[in-house]
Amino acid sequence: MVDPALKVVARFAATLAAAAILLGVVLAAAGSATPQTVTVTIRHSKFGPAHYTVRRGATVRFVITNTDPIDHEFILGDEAVQRRHETGTEPAHGLVPGEVSVPAGAVGETSYRFSRAGVVLIGCHAPGHYPYGMRGKVLVVY
Amino acid sequence: MLRALHQIGLVLLVVVAGAAPALACAGLIGPNGAVNLLKTTTLAAHHNGVEHYVTAFSFLGGGGQFGSIVPLPGIPTKVERGGDWTLQRLIRETQLELEELGALRSRAAANDSVRVILETRIDALDITILEGGGTAVGRWAREHGFVLPPDAPEILDFYASRSPIFMAARFDADAARRREQQIGDGTPIHLTIPIKNPWVPLRILALGKKSSDVVRADVYLLTDIRPAFLPRALGGLILRHSAPASPQLMRDLRADKGMSWMPAGGMWLTHLAINSAAGDLTYDLAVDVSGRGRPSRVAAGLEPVGGPFMPALPILLGFPLITVGVVLGAGSALLARRRPD
Repeated sequence: MVDPALKVVARFAATLAAAAILLGVVLAAAGSATPQTVTVTIRHSKFGPAHYTVRRGATVRFVITNTDPIDHEFILGDEAVQRRHETGTEPAHGLVPGEVSVPAGAVGETSYRFSRAGVVLIGCHAPGHYPYGMRGKVLVVY
Repeated sequence: MLRALHQIGLVLLVVVAGAAPALACAGLIGPNGAVNLLKTTTLAAHHNGVEHYVTAFSFLGGGGQFGSIVPLPGIPTKVERGGDWTLQRLIRETQLELEELGALRSRAAANDSVRVILETRIDALDITILEGGGTAVGRWAREHGFVLPPDAPEILDFYASRSPIFMAARFDADAARRREQQIGDGTPIHLTIPIKNPWVPLRILALGKKSSDVVRADVYLLTDIRPAFLPRALGGLILRHSAPASPQLMRDLRADKGMSWMPAGGMWLTHLAINSAAGDLTYDLAVDVSGRGRPSRVAAGLEPVGGPFMPALPILLGFPLITVGVVLGAGSALLARRRPD
């Protein structure tokens, strides 16, 4: 006879798996020539969603809506990229793929090709924002 | 009708952008270096249906401009320079011994634009009374040279959902020096606000601070009766003094500029000291001076609007309902062991 508690555990695990899928955003298969578009909303100095899952090789177009009354950034890159932006003094971004400044109340966009599996970080490096917790992650899978 | 003394303390300090890079962290920054904020002290006194709110803006040098945004529970009918010794006299009154909101009802919390209600200059301070939603007030502040820290959008929304009235105070340090104001000198501001029940915003003190930064402030209440307030004793909120205001204190306060409205006696003096990590300062001070001893949990930020403790107090000037959503994160893991057969 199966322990009722185990049944609960199994149900919980299944729910968790479903939630993980819902929480993540699975994007286009590798090799797709058409960039997928993802909508990001910034509210109260937080990215929504803050976590994504994409396939290696996918190109994603991020459309970021800043609903706050203060300026933000959306910077994709590894730890070194985030560190560089945290200490840098560039007043604005938009020329480098995966990097865009989004003024208060405005919409910005940037595209990025996720060519390697692993984790790509998202961050805003307006003064104090990254330490405040304005960050996210993209999990790049095979 | 009981007159509640309302003490609204505390100022949210933001950076006014000048020629220098803005570093919108805790404290005030001027173009020529750091400008530190002295501990704030505020008095709210309520008499004849009117709240008299006295607070002081002080600075420790530096240059350029810096400013503050203070949430208010209602529209002031007068903004003037405060008395010369009221706050200091209160501090002295309680230092010898040291050594619980009324519901606020939301009014246009989703205001997309700002209405400037009043503008005035007091000494080196430019004061603006605004009405608007959090985003609109934030936008106004940014357009007028304030540099807001990352937690400003959330905190402005938090307060705007309860009251859409804010006071923006811009302090010109260069003008202060021209007036020969000394470092540490304060400019007291006296606001006259019709208000039903005292409510003191405290969370705003944490704005722009790291979670571990310590917030220190003094809140004085002068009420017709001994007040009830929420939260009660917390680690960072300490009741320092609670006693009838002495006749000498009342005489001294009445003699100060702009304070002749104070009654001759019969008031209760409460002194609360804030000494809290910014990350723990997530509440406001709700006060009940009706005699029922039931300060609003919603006003204190301890409960969302619409909960079981929705207060039934009538409202003056449309106080905002506190629409604080309390997100209860629930995660649990079950550990199961197969029972032996």
